[in-house]
Formats: sequence, structure tokens, C-alpha cells
Amino acid sequence: MNHSTAAPFTPGHRAPGPDSSGARLLAGWHATGRPATLADHLRRYGPPPFTGGTPGLVDSVEAAGLTGRGGAGFATARKLRGVMDGRGPAVVVVNAMESEPGSRKDQFLLAVAPHLVLDGAVLAAAEVGADTVHVCLPRTRTAQHRQLGTAVEERRRARLDPVRIRLHALPHGYVSSESTALVRWLDGGPARPQGSPPRSHERGVARRPTLVHNAETLAHLALIARHGPDWFRQAGTVDEPGTTLVTVSGAIAAPGVLEAPLGTPLATLLDRAGGPTGPVRAILLGGFAGTWLPAENVHTPLARRELAPLGASPGAGVLVALPHTACGLTETARMLAFLAAHGARQCGPCRYGLPAVAEDFAALAAGHAHPELLSRLHRRTGLLPDRGACRHPDGAARLAASAMRTFADDVGHHLTHGTCPAAHRPPRIPVPPATPLETWR
Amino acid sequence: MNPNRILRIDRIACTGQGLCGELLPELIDLDEWGYPILKDRIVPDRLRSHTRRAVAACPRLALHTDDT
Repeated sequence: MNHSTAAPFTPGHRAPGPDSSGARLLAGWHATGRPATLADHLRRYGPPPFTGGTPGLVDSVEAAGLTGRGGAGFATARKLRGVMDGRGPAVVVVNAMESEPGSRKDQFLLAVAPHLVLDGAVLAAAEVGADTVHVCLPRTRTAQHRQLGTAVEERRRARLDPVRIRLHALPHGYVSSESTALVRWLDGGPARPQGSPPRSHERGVARRPTLVHNAETLAHLALIARHGPDWFRQAGTVDEPGTTLVTVSGAIAAPGVLEAPLGTPLATLLDRAGGPTGPVRAILLGGFAGTWLPAENVHTPLARRELAPLGASPGAGVLVALPHTACGLTETARMLAFLAAHGARQCGPCRYGLPAVAEDFAALAAGHAHPELLSRLHRRTGLLPDRGACRHPDGAARLAASAMRTFADDVGHHLTHGTCPAAHRPPRIPVPPATPLETWR
Repeated sequence: MNPNRILRIDRIACTGQGLCGELLPELIDLDEWGYPILKDRIVPDRLRSHTRRAVAACPRLALHTDDT
């Protein structure tokens, strides 16, 4: 499914499990084990229920309590209303960039249920008065581009949609999945975050009010349009309703993408992915811009409210189990080097701060101690958040700070005795090459 | 009542020349690369003219004040 980078697993080839309880977005996949064609999709769900301008969808989405499944977790109805309140015709953008290296869920969803995502985008477009849906994909995923092209062509032949759907192949930078970077690219610029106001929902693509949603979010929206808010709330918690897609990898027997109600304990998610292959040292939650949690926290529910006190959040649903045999500092150093190389280099923190933190961390991981290394690392890490045009430095700082917290014993060991034995083993978390993007256009 | 005056930095335009930190040390620190760290976003009345000067002096036009 992903032909560009070395995938730690290939969820697309995983046989549908017998446990399909609670699956919504993946229900078709669990039932048939093959990607849904338009005919399959229409048989299962029927055509997208356009209300023809009558108010309805945004109220349903609000009552359902759907939040964005891209990481920020913003209320979907508020975004929709923001665009509806904007001046002039609107634009809808599907964010299918999924640049987080630990995440596969959007690629998987788009491969097995493309029409659910496209339904959601077209329904949202009809609701906000947009005539075009732009689907943004990374340029490197050629197979995905081809599959989605086929799906769009099926819909065009069937004259299913009242709006146009256009696919775009963008440069695959880590920060290119930021919504303002998509808007900037669609307007002919580089796929780098924009930062300054106005916000995309006020003035985005071609200066029009622009709705940018993650692929999974739109698929949930398509089901809410069909089954209503009460149905949606049958899964998840009162505060955080619905199911969510989770990518589980690392020291786990059956890594892959699964669907679970929000509020499911992390331990249950690990078990559903076949269970750990050995004692787990820590869990990386949220991916490269996420948070390391000690294994003691494994019973925490995957929910914003319960994770917030631990400094974590569900993010885009990435869960990596680190085995006891791995060195958390070495793994973190490699991820930080990648994040540093993939900054947009527009702001101070990404030009200097983040590369400096990554270098300090590499020295720590390599056991190159010098007296002020740790205090300098803490100070520099503290200077990253809130000082960039986007949240990239904030995410890197979260990763670095949580690693120093979670692997505090190792930090002490590396500083006083040099590297731990685990640091010499092959790394466990696949990290793409830490080379900057050749082109942003 | 006077509206609050809020300091804002255009992070993409800023190249870390560091003038703002020298002209307005009450509100702006500099990091080790010369990029501003806002100590407080709200400009007190007594610093309004200093702030105006710092805004005008930024060679990248990256320092702004907004009224709220």
C-alpha cells in the first residue's frame, strides 16, 4: 500500500479478523476482506444522503460530537459553521497527507473504503456550498493515487456527486500535512505552513472560506449523515463519542490498523493487535510528535480527558510499543533527527532550536556526556513551543521532554556510564531518512 | 477605556536580527540565536512609545501590535 517508505507492517494484507465488533469505518473490510468498489459501497450504505440545502448535517455532526481525527481534535461542527459563515463560495480540502511516519490509518481507510471518505467530503461540500473537493495526497504514494483516481472515476461515471473532485499530489514533507500548507500549495505556493492570520476557514484556497478535514473525520461524517447522532454516540464516551482508527506497531504480535471506541484502554488496543511480544518498556502515543508514556500507564483510556494529565493526547491514534530490550533515548534521537530535517525552516525554532535539540539528544543517546548537556537540553527544549508559525516545534519538544521524563534512569546512565547495552541493538522504530525535502512545490 | 495593545511576531518574517530584544527588553528576551521570546504580550501604557519604536525599527517588519 505504501510503496515509498519501508513500512513496518502492511495492514492492507492483513486478513479481516473475526473480531469486527464495533467496526464502523472498517465494517465493509471486516465483512468482505477486499477494498470496496462503488458497487460494494452503494450496496452497503446507499447513495450519500444529500439534503439539498435543508439544514441538517451540521446540526447532526454537532449533536454527534464528532471531533477531527487528524490530531488536533477540533470540533468538526464548529469548523463547518466557520466556513458556512464565511463570505463567498467555499472550498473543501481532504487532508490525506498522513505524514506521521508511525501512522497508516488514513492510507488504510482510503485503500479499503475510499467511497466513505469521498462521500463525507462531498456531503460536507454540499453543506457548506462548495463546488469543488480537493483531495491532497503525498506525491510519493503513487499506488494510492491510482486507486483513488479509479474511485473518483467510478463516481463520475455514475454521476453520483453534485460537486467536482480533484486529486492532487503534493511534496511529502512532514509539515506539508499542516492545513495552511495545503492551502498554500493549492494556491500555487510551496507546501509549507503559513502561520499568520487569516485562518483558512475565513480565507483559504483562492481566498475563499476553506474547510480542511482529515480523511478519517470525513468518513465518520458520512456515516453520521446516514445514521444520525444517536447512532454515532452508541460508541465511545459521553465527552468523546464514536470510534477511532488506531495504528499499532512496535513490539506487538500483529501490528496494523484497527478501529476502536474512544475511551478504550491502551492495553486493550495492544491486545487487539496480538498483544506484546515481550515485556513492554514504554508506549509512544501519537507518533513522532507524540508522548512517551511509561508502561505503568498502559491502562489509561484512549481519550483526551484521561490522557491530558499525563501530558498526552490520542493524536492521530498512533501507538508504538517499545520492548524492554530497546533504548528509548536512541529511538528518540533518531526521531528528533528526522523531525529536525523535516522542518519548514521558516522560523527560528525550526532553523536553529529543533536541530540543536536533536544534536544534543544525539549526544546524550551516544553517551557523549559533558557537564552542561542536560541543562542545555532542557532549556532548549523549553524554548521550542509556541514560537513557530505551526505546531511542528511544539510536537518535537513534547517528544523530547517526555523521553527525558520516561527514560530518566537511562538519561542518568548515559550521562555517567556512557551508552546502555540496548543502545547498540538495531533500532526498533522505523524512521524515514533524515534528509530535508528537495522541493516544496 | 484604552484598548489593550498586544505584541505579535510574524514568525516566518522574523530572521532573528534581535533589535526588538535590545529596544524592548522589558517585554522581549532573545534566545541564543537572536530570536525573540515574548515575556508578556500585553503592552503596558508606560511602554507604548518604546514599543512603537521597536516595531518601527524591525528590519524585517516582523514585529506588530494589535489592538484588542
